[in-house]
Amino acid sequence: MAVCIAVIAKENYPLYIRSVPTQNELKFHYTVHTSLDVVEEKISAVGKSLGDQRELYLGLLYPTEDYKVYGYVTNSKVKFVIVVDSSNTSLRDNEIRSMFRKLHNSFTDVMCNPFHNPGDPIQSKAFDGIVSGMMVQTG
Amino acid sequence: MAGSQWELPPELCCRPMAFVALTGLDVVYNAVHRAIWDAFCANRRADRVPISFKVLPGDHEYPKCRTKRTSYEWYIPKGILKTGWMNKHLNLVPALVVLFYELDWDDPQWKEKQSECATKVEIVRTSLQGRNTKVAVVLIQKKTPLPPGEDLVASERAATLCNACDLSGKSLFVLPHTDHLVGYIIRLENAFYEHAQTYYYTEIRRVKSHKEFLNKTTHQLLFVRHQFKIAFFSELKQDTQNALKYYRTAYSLVHELRAHETNMLEIKTMAGFINYKICRLCFQHNTPLDAIAQFRKHIDLCKKKIGSAELAFEHAAWMSKQFQSFGELFDEAIKLGLTAIQTQNPGFYYQQAACYSQDRKQQAQQLCQAGATYPSPEPLDTQSGGLDFYGQRPWRQGHQSIDPPDAEKEKTGILALQIKERDVPHSELIIALLSNAVAQFKKYKCPRMKSHLMVQMGEEYYHAKDYTKALKLLDYVMCDYRTERWWGLLTAILTTALRCAYLMASVKDYIIYCMELLGRASTLKEEQKLRIEKNLIKVLTNEVPDAEPECDSSSVSAAKSLWSDRMALAGSNELTIEVQDYIPFIQCKAKFQSPSFHVDQPIQLQVFLRADCPHPVSFNKLSVSLSNQEYNQWCVVESSGQESMSLLPGKTKRFNFSFVAKTEDVGKKIEVRLLLTVAGLGQPDHAAQYHVRLCSDTTQSECYWRSLFVQIISRVPKISVQLSHQPPALNNEMYCISVTIQSQEEGVAKDVKLTAGLKPGQDANLGQTTHVTLDGSKVCDDTAPALLPDVPLGDLKPGEKLEWCVYVKCVSTGPRVFLFHVAYSIDTTVEGRQIVCKCHKDETVTIETVVPFEVSVKFVSTKFEPLDRVAVDIPFLLMTDILSSSPWPLLLASSSLQLTGESASECFCLRCPPLTNSNSTVATGQYLISWRRYSSSADSPLIQTTVTLPHVILESVPLYIHADVPSFGRVRESLSVRYHIENRTALVQEVEMAVEPSDAFMFSGLKQVRLRILPGSEQQMLYNYYPLMAGYQTLPQLNISLPRCPTTNTHTLRRFLPQRIFVKPQGRQVDDASIAAA
Repeated sequence: MAVCIAVIAKENYPLYIRSVPTQNELKFHYTVHTSLDVVEEKISAVGKSLGDQRELYLGLLYPTEDYKVYGYVTNSKVKFVIVVDSSNTSLRDNEIRSMFRKLHNSFTDVMCNPFHNPGDPIQSKAFDGIVSGMMVQTG
Repeated sequence: MAGSQWELPPELCCRPMAFVALTGLDVVYNAVHRAIWDAFCANRRADRVPISFKVLPGDHEYPKCRTKRTSYEWYIPKGILKTGWMNKHLNLVPALVVLFYELDWDDPQWKEKQSECATKVEIVRTSLQGRNTKVAVVLIQKKTPLPPGEDLVASERAATLCNACDLSGKSLFVLPHTDHLVGYIIRLENAFYEHAQTYYYTEIRRVKSHKEFLNKTTHQLLFVRHQFKIAFFSELKQDTQNALKYYRTAYSLVHELRAHETNMLEIKTMAGFINYKICRLCFQHNTPLDAIAQFRKHIDLCKKKIGSAELAFEHAAWMSKQFQSFGELFDEAIKLGLTAIQTQNPGFYYQQAACYSQDRKQQAQQLCQAGATYPSPEPLDTQSGGLDFYGQRPWRQGHQSIDPPDAEKEKTGILALQIKERDVPHSELIIALLSNAVAQFKKYKCPRMKSHLMVQMGEEYYHAKDYTKALKLLDYVMCDYRTERWWGLLTAILTTALRCAYLMASVKDYIIYCMELLGRASTLKEEQKLRIEKNLIKVLTNEVPDAEPECDSSSVSAAKSLWSDRMALAGSNELTIEVQDYIPFIQCKAKFQSPSFHVDQPIQLQVFLRADCPHPVSFNKLSVSLSNQEYNQWCVVESSGQESMSLLPGKTKRFNFSFVAKTEDVGKKIEVRLLLTVAGLGQPDHAAQYHVRLCSDTTQSECYWRSLFVQIISRVPKISVQLSHQPPALNNEMYCISVTIQSQEEGVAKDVKLTAGLKPGQDANLGQTTHVTLDGSKVCDDTAPALLPDVPLGDLKPGEKLEWCVYVKCVSTGPRVFLFHVAYSIDTTVEGRQIVCKCHKDETVTIETVVPFEVSVKFVSTKFEPLDRVAVDIPFLLMTDILSSSPWPLLLASSSLQLTGESASECFCLRCPPLTNSNSTVATGQYLISWRRYSSSADSPLIQTTVTLPHVILESVPLYIHADVPSFGRVRESLSVRYHIENRTALVQEVEMAVEPSDAFMFSGLKQVRLRILPGSEQQMLYNYYPLMAGYQTLPQLNISLPRCPTTNTHTLRRFLPQRIFVKPQGRQVDDASIAAA
């Protein structure tokens, strides 16, 4: 289960970012922000070789001592980042993938909302619910 | 030294090389010896064997060898590895001692010298008692030796010397001191290297032999020690593959040791050493992934081995060191050619090292309370001044029991370590590691990671109370977060920066950070914003602001006095803040009502201000700066007197400005630079002391302070330009376009000027083939221009109408665009100001040019039969057909033939002069047509069109025949026809003629005749025909043949003769008379 989930706009500013409340929120913001370095590098590397034949799931971006950071980029260059505790070895790649897929579906629903202004931070109860389901349950 | 306790010992980090001691060399006073020593030392590049040489005196005392243990039964080891061991084998115990001795084979005092040499060897041997160190002798000789086997004296004496010194032949060397010193030295050192290899081999064997005496319960430490030693000797032997193998074994053994709180440090220290060696060798073997895997394993194994909780900072320090030294190894390998990638580079290890250093700092702050006094006597002192074993505690060296032997000593020892830790400059260490990491991430394209680390550095400087450096770093990275719009992170950085600015009492920075923290980019809570705004107002009204929360109390009191000093100065309180780099709490946007304005309209500019801060703010001046400074005076709002303008939180305030553009700005763009002079920013009831000018250069940032342009365009002309003409234009004609200009202005249009002609920017050829003139009385020549510029037409009163004719001559066909540009100036008033406006109106028209007519020409005989060739001297006809392609009637003046139809035909009767060479073609010349439009006035010029006639083929005929025939005959009235036959050749021609009978005629004359015609002369034949029938009748056919030359085609002659004649019926005399009477 994730400790932090973030949605980043095409222009790399955060649309949604949520982390477990027990830990330093700012630290997760930094972790997500720095992971964009790797995301950008991966996107540009793919852009050169395969064009639009890109897999959305980027896999493990980089491991830190405490966390594993996974990335996913939609075709419209919206990025999803999931941070998982390094000690959590039970999570398999497939589960991470399905988490991203769920996130993407829910994000698409948010975008389909005619009252949502694309580019604005996500304020959706449904999306919140999906994210909460993926987060480490505390308390 | 800061943190020196955690530094890896240099003997661990160096590359082990075989140690060879050189004795008997006097490198200070003896030049020859000096040269030899230099040859050994200098240029030790990679191609030389890895040996470390040392010059030692002949009687040097080598470390004593302890007596060999025969049994390990009662032996209990006190630690894993002695601190001196590595150094001993690197620098103290040589693998080989070389004795240099000056002795030539033919030395006169050979005997004495031989025994002296033997004595010296003996001294060395005694000193090395018990060691396996080899001894070798090098004889320094002045003479070049003879090839081996030739010098009998030498071989004999060498044998005796070996004998005397108890040396094997392989250990005696000769070094002739000649020109090729370096060559000899290299050969010597290769030989030394072999001896050293043998030595280390025996050492490895010796250590291995201990193994059988060990048991697993008491000698666990020795297992590690021996494996380490074997590995180290292997390294000295340059057998890195085996060394790696033994180090790996040692590593797994070290983790098999029973670990408890008392020996945790020792285990970790040794594990760290061995791990370092393994990683180093892996990088050396170019298997970086093995190194990384080993390091990960090492960290995973050791991460939780914290040891004593009271000394938790030690674990953090050790962890930090592990990461740092791995980062350094990685970096070094990269310098030697390894390629790293974005997600796997030394930066991560430095970053993690910094992270552990931060942990260390935190734990040190928790565990090392201030106030404790340093215990006495010093518990960290040892008898030797250092430790015997790596990683042990000074107060209980050699103890391997689970519980500390002396609880009191343990307590004072820990206290001493804690107090020592307090003095460690943690921030310095952290910053150094972070800056290493920054350098790495910069290299591997991680700008955000770099920024993040720089923020950490800034925060660390803040903790270290170096606020200037902290601010510099934070300020540098702030804009990255601002442009990426990570407001949460930006707010966090700004908060730290604000604290720094407060503690430094830096007024301008303080104001800037306050303003940004109040702005919409800030994610601070409302109460925080309220507090900050209160502080900002305080500063602006020259009061000392309240301290920022979470600041160090001692720093706060220092800052307070700084602030009061600064406020007391109150000198130049004029601050200009360039807000394009910030997101201030007052948003400002400007907008022109329209993207362009006519010069006779007032330009309308709107400026919107909105405050994002929680309290209302007031200001007393708003000014706008435009690219033309003269307009600025119209765009100022200033509060009158004491009353200032205020902005309510969250409300947008609009200011309208309007001004008149200058006529010289027509066609230019005016740019707005918003210069919001919020002089006297403050709360409505506070008198501001600081005058803050917010200004922004809109050219640089369009994101927050909008850049704006307005285009000034010329006044709309009130004039009509009408063109009338009759398209299409005909090729070469003087095409008349009549321009009617009528003024609808209310005033007099002055200086009306017409520019007419071909619109520029079309095909370049059109410029050459188009001519424009105002003079329609004659056909213009090629010098007339394609465009007539600025024809002055004078003034135009209101409602007045002007008409001008422009003549265009188009030499080539095709479409052309013509431009008619009428420019004038007019006086007008805008908002009470008199301005002179220049107006212009453009009309364009596309005119197609066509050829007026097409001329076709054909040749026919006098009987209107088409001819494909013409005969010399015989008349023929030239017929021209002129087909009009013009939709307008044309007047062809030269023939005076006037046609309303489409075609005109002309006939010319021509005769071709005889030619010397027959059957050639001849040019028939040109055909000139003068014409004009029928509709044009009579005095308009005629246009000459020249048509080149086609070529015609000429032929000559030998005979020519023609007949004199009356134009008609009458039934039963005689009709005389005379045939003329001409000989056109230079020969006498015999001609046979016969007239064939005809039903329509009776005739008299020679029916068949043969006659001769002299050259150039003519014969006449007269026939009287008597027509029998009325109507068109075929004349009796005349057959002509040339019997002399039957080949000549006389048929062609027939075409010269008339074929038919019209015969009238018989006339009536009465009728004729009656007609005459009538």
